[in-house]
Amino acid sequence: MKNYLRLNLSLLYWIFIAPFTGQFFKVAPIFRQMVFIGVRAAPMVALTAFSVGVTLAMQAAHSLQSLGAEMYIPDLVMLTLLREMGPVLIAVIVIGRSGSAVAAELGTMKVSEEIEALEVMAINPVQYLVVPRFLAMLVMLPALTIFGNYIGIMGGWAVCRFALDFNTAGYVLRALESADTWDLYSGMIKSAVFAWIVITIACNAGLNVEGGAEGVGQATTASVVQALLAMLVTNAVLTGIFFFSA
Amino acid sequence: MSVNGDSIIEVDQLVRRFGDRAVLDGIAFNVHRGETLVIMGGSGCGKSTLLRHMIGSMKPTAGSVKLFGEEITGMKEREIERVRLRFGMLFQSGALLASLTVGENVALPLFQHTKKSPDEIEQIVKRKLEMVGLTGFEDLKPDEISGGMKKRVGLARALALDPELLFSDEPTSGLDPIMTAVVDELTKGSHMTAVVVSHDMTSAFRIATRMIMLGHGSIVAEGTPDEIRNSLNPEVQQFIHGRADGPIPLNLSQEEHKDHQLVRPRPFLGGRFRFHHKHS
Repeated sequence: MKNYLRLNLSLLYWIFIAPFTGQFFKVAPIFRQMVFIGVRAAPMVALTAFSVGVTLAMQAAHSLQSLGAEMYIPDLVMLTLLREMGPVLIAVIVIGRSGSAVAAELGTMKVSEEIEALEVMAINPVQYLVVPRFLAMLVMLPALTIFGNYIGIMGGWAVCRFALDFNTAGYVLRALESADTWDLYSGMIKSAVFAWIVITIACNAGLNVEGGAEGVGQATTASVVQALLAMLVTNAVLTGIFFFSA
Repeated sequence: MSVNGDSIIEVDQLVRRFGDRAVLDGIAFNVHRGETLVIMGGSGCGKSTLLRHMIGSMKPTAGSVKLFGEEITGMKEREIERVRLRFGMLFQSGALLASLTVGENVALPLFQHTKKSPDEIEQIVKRKLEMVGLTGFEDLKPDEISGGMKKRVGLARALALDPELLFSDEPTSGLDPIMTAVVDELTKGSHMTAVVVSHDMTSAFRIATRMIMLGHGSIVAEGTPDEIRNSLNPEVQQFIHGRADGPIPLNLSQEEHKDHQLVRPRPFLGGRFRFHHKHS
């Protein structure tokens, strides 16, 4: 925990204070990480979001049809995706794919003395390795969430259009009417917070690996489990703050 | 130990404990400008720990380490970075960044710490790689070259900023005799101050201007290569002639190694469960 807090403080220093002392972070590595963390995760995110959209619509249809309220299916798909399922499920995908990869990569660098070599070359590992990954995640997770939301809504549309004989315009209008901009923003805030949690936990696990290949494996597993738990608990807290507080 | 005005490294009463065991117990020596100091000693005698204290990676339990006249033991990370710009370090494994090419690895300190243009940096990288006999290897990844080559790239990277001081951890292990001689020439011929941790006695006697032998956490012998060669200390004679019989214990007990940073023996639970059948 002490290491985790220290990493967070160090990150804040390198992002908000160091640039004013002339130590700018380089932009190219951030884009490289954005491609790795974000762009390459897009197909998986699309498939997951589409499946979730389809599932939500089918479950909604099952329950709402018995009440004669199929017209509310788009509302349910839209709100569930924007507020909860979009940010959470896409964070799960990113934790499994990119968070674990970051922990394993940094862990391997630690055990093969690469981190120590950076320090000895007077290159701060947080500035050189963590800052680009952090900023890339902070941009890409919300971006992936928006992308996933679109695809999920398309999944809902596919069920409504082809199985329930909705017309497309009706589905789109109903979906747009049901959602507020706050529903979108709350999801975005959530995914930005998740991004922070996921990448700092992954980097902290990687940078503190001890004991060779076995240590790298343990750190990677620990980072996935800790990130998932922290993300789900934070989600419950944020939902409480956003939608349940007076 | 007296403090010499021309000392680049001053180590004084350096103590490092892991639990109850003192891996370094009151080590003191100076390294003067232009010297090549070889630190030798058996496995687990604290050579690498001593080296890590000198580069500021580890903090001592007590004592002082001064580099270029500045006390580094109490320095914060950002202060020590300033001192680190003045020395290079060659790691035992090379410690190249696997995600970068050979050329990018050598260029890394130049990109990070100088305002040189990419063209200038490319020229310097070419020159440094040529120096270690690896012309044309710029675009290969560390995975695609041998262990010895990695070490040579590590040396090229350590020398990229033309440091005043070079630390080397086993610079010649894994190199063929010719390349060993090349690396020795580079270390000796660059007129840098160098601190080399080595097991390779041929190489050590070739490059050293002074030698230190560590054992039991302290300095067993210190002197010029001739003084070490003619030392009457049986531990020194056993070590430099590589004899199995002598005062240096062949095997350290588990107790002695208990608190060593890298070796953490654990109860052999697997064995107990495997070999002791449950009695029904």
